Amino acid sequence: MEQFTGKVWVLGDDIDTDIIIPTEYLALPTVEDMKQYGFSPLRPELASQIQEGDIIVAGKNFGCGSSREQAPEIIKALKVKCVIAKSYARIFFRNSINNGLLLIENSDIQDVIKEGDSLTVNMGESLEFDGKTYPIHPLPDNLMDIINAGGLVKAMQKRNGII
Amino acid sequence: MGMTLGEKIIARAAGVDFVKPNDIHTVTLDRMMSNDGTTHLTVDMYHNKLKNPKIADKDKVVFIMDHNVPAENPKTAEAHKKMRDFAIENDIKLYEGQGVCHQIMMEDYVCPGELIFGADSHTTSYGALGAFGTGVGCTDFLYAMTTGTSWVMVPETIRFNLHGKLREGVYPRDLILTIIGDIGANGANYKIMEFAGDGAHNLSVDDRMVLCNLTVEAGAKAGIVEPDEKVVEYCKAHGREAVHMFKSDEDAHFCEVYDYDLSKIEPVVVRPDFVDNFALLKDVKKEKIAIDEAFLGSCNNGRIDDLRVAAEIVKGKQVDPKVRFIVAPASKAVYIQALEEGIITTLMEAGAMVMNCNCSVCWGSCQGVIGENEVLISTGTRNFKGRAGAPSSKVYLASAATVAASALAGYITGPED
Amino acid sequence: MGSTLIEKIIEKNTGLSKVTPGQIVTVNVDRVMIHDIFIPFVADKFEEMGFTKLWDPDKVVLIYDHLVPTSAVEDVRHFKIGDAFADKYGLTHVHRRDGICHQLMTEAGYAKPGNIVFGTDSHTTTYGCVGCFSSGIGYTEMASILGTGEMWIRVPETIKVVINGTLPANVTAKDVILRLIGDLRADGATYKALEITGSAVDAMSVASRMTISNMAIEAGAKCCLFRPDEKTCEYSEVNLEDVDWLYGDEDASYCRVMTYQAEELVPVCACPSQVDNIHPVSELVGTEIDQVFIGSCTNGRLEDLARAAKILEGKTVACRTIVTPASRKIYIEAVKAGYMETLAKAGAIITQPGCGLCCGRSGGILCDGEKVLATNNRNFLGRMGTSKVGIYLGSPATAATSAIYGKITIPE
Repeated sequence: MEQFTGKVWVLGDDIDTDIIIPTEYLALPTVEDMKQYGFSPLRPELASQIQEGDIIVAGKNFGCGSSREQAPEIIKALKVKCVIAKSYARIFFRNSINNGLLLIENSDIQDVIKEGDSLTVNMGESLEFDGKTYPIHPLPDNLMDIINAGGLVKAMQKRNGII
Repeated sequence: MGMTLGEKIIARAAGVDFVKPNDIHTVTLDRMMSNDGTTHLTVDMYHNKLKNPKIADKDKVVFIMDHNVPAENPKTAEAHKKMRDFAIENDIKLYEGQGVCHQIMMEDYVCPGELIFGADSHTTSYGALGAFGTGVGCTDFLYAMTTGTSWVMVPETIRFNLHGKLREGVYPRDLILTIIGDIGANGANYKIMEFAGDGAHNLSVDDRMVLCNLTVEAGAKAGIVEPDEKVVEYCKAHGREAVHMFKSDEDAHFCEVYDYDLSKIEPVVVRPDFVDNFALLKDVKKEKIAIDEAFLGSCNNGRIDDLRVAAEIVKGKQVDPKVRFIVAPASKAVYIQALEEGIITTLMEAGAMVMNCNCSVCWGSCQGVIGENEVLISTGTRNFKGRAGAPSSKVYLASAATVAASALAGYITGPED
Repeated sequence: MGSTLIEKIIEKNTGLSKVTPGQIVTVNVDRVMIHDIFIPFVADKFEEMGFTKLWDPDKVVLIYDHLVPTSAVEDVRHFKIGDAFADKYGLTHVHRRDGICHQLMTEAGYAKPGNIVFGTDSHTTTYGCVGCFSSGIGYTEMASILGTGEMWIRVPETIKVVINGTLPANVTAKDVILRLIGDLRADGATYKALEITGSAVDAMSVASRMTISNMAIEAGAKCCLFRPDEKTCEYSEVNLEDVDWLYGDEDASYCRVMTYQAEELVPVCACPSQVDNIHPVSELVGTEIDQVFIGSCTNGRLEDLARAAKILEGKTVACRTIVTPASRKIYIEAVKAGYMETLAKAGAIITQPGCGLCCGRSGGILCDGEKVLATNNRNFLGRMGTSKVGIYLGSPATAATSAIYGKITIPE
């Protein structure tokens, strides 16, 4: 079982896609150009503070709003290891899976964790914090297939016989 | 010795009987116009650089938002707010999104014989009504707004005697672009370009505005057409009285005199990147220069006649699918007239994109911005490098007819092809 | 046991005799829509995936709307890439200047009753107004559909919403959907289908239904379906007998049923900065606003412009008022009906059809401390300028009435 530990950034409910990446920056040529503006309407400094391997913990309906795939891509480009939220909006959820961004659903950890805390994830099993464990559910098989292939692009490359 | 038309306007504004070139006079301004290109800077200076500032005569000041309307980013929205708040605080008449400043000034304010400062270079337009309009920077504007006065050095006058009529398919825009091509982009530097003769009087006030508007592209301080009955009628139709109908004296001194036979003028296409880079349409069209965008509008060529010409050409046809044909009527009055005449419908049905009444592509910062290496054909005022977008892009200037015909074809051409 | 409307569409599409919520199935896609913002990414991913041709060029629609007119030099890059992609793969349904994608998809007949359609935009739910199962997806998934014509979906549960009676004169479809989002909350329909029925809905125009299905995504819904009727058939140019199977069975299983009496509904607004922060306009009366925006795929249609024109006839707006029709066709119809002249005379700024202010790239951006009353679908923080702009969402009637006073006002 894979296990990792990361520093936590805490965000609230309904973190929408315009917060994750405002429309203004969507026509920038690459996600690398855009990532500095991640979360800027809510917390302009956050994108520069996030370190590789950090974890975002949020409330319900994370990623609600637009279909912009730059939202999960930016979170990945900021090298966030995973997002833990009470629930996700559906387009964001699909886009994250398709881009290999790990999303975990849990509704209890938000009550105990603070920004800057360190949290351990036991993949497909549980979250560990302050000596307690919080169960998490594994993803359905068809989604794990896409993640295991390395995202939808890789899955299609396999299908088309180019890798 | 007599005075020229422009000298008489300055003499009146200075309260003296006689002025001559190179004299410096303190003048009382009849009107001052500032738009959203620079008003926020003027407001900053007003608050930060002056002690106990006040507006000399708020009724002579007009603020017009036309460059970045509606706002395309928070920065321009902030500049607009500053301008709007200042107008409200000082009870200054404010227009917001109702048209290009010079068109609104013509429709609502300008009278013959007036001396008008505008914080915009194309203020020369007002010469169409026999007024002396000139562009100033925001420091000059601030001084004028707070004192009601300014200083001017009396310019020399170049006289253009126009004869006859333009042939069908040739427009005032072709005439002024020809003149600029002849005298060069600095050919009238700090001079007045005065237009008179039967050819000038044959032109409508709107046509005259096309001439005067572009005189600044030859460096002129003002461009003025000798006012006549058409000016009186225009003023009357817009609820104003024409009082100071000056004319140059018989013995006035002109530093240069040119004669133009209007019937000899041909359709013009100005090549990038200077307004005096003159060429004839008949030569340019052989090159079949592909275009990405076509623009019909601006204070130079966004009036009802221009829209009519374009509508006539595109009626029942379709704009080339890959050409963005952008139309921006010069004012709300023009737009409403065009609605009533069915012109907007015709243009929209042909695939044109009709913008709100503003500077649009001519200002090049918020609407119809062109990309790397793109080519624009425009009825705008300028074709400077990067004027409409990327530095690598190219802007050609031509008449409404040529722009509309090119939009259909996808390359630079005239309406007869 | 019977099937809900979405289940019937999926069953017909897949040939399965019965599908149940939670089941994962692969559907054959009838049409896809890609807009200008995402075409560069779709094109990249498509080629990166190793595809060399579109599964069916006739089923692909490319629409430029977010960046029309361009407001920055880089915007043009999207058109160039889109044009090159269209040329290379034989894509002929390209709209470069005709209006907002969601308006065009049903207006131009690309999305029909019973179809399954995906688009690279969250408001793709709009086509449910004609009984089409349509939903937004990201560009990676779009690239895979372009190559395969297929997409996996999890059969959603259905929430049935019944609205009976007659709406008060000042209550519009916009007020209905805002109220519904307020009740469901922003995530209340996540991964679920909405099915909207009742006599109030039957009385609505297709355009009004469009307003409702457009905003269903703001409650998280995967789609929002209406049963096609004569009005739908006329609009979509189909025969009623070809679409009469498109309804939810009486004995179908719904995860929730919400019932409203139309007479009890009132004009409402979504207050800053969540779409589910719903308050009756009566509680907001007198709130000063700096700008009004009438437009978008939610409320930029002819009936919306008609309503605004009726309210503003002979009046002058007290705050800047921006009108952005949803499509070229609507603009022309509004000119012919005299609405544009009325609106222009009242002082409105009428812009080229497109996404305009709603996508926050031009068309009336605001600055710190300003407030806007807008008819579009989102009021997220920073959507129309800085994060200190307050965005209220309301109906065209509320917006036009408020424009006269520069304050939020209950429509007559």
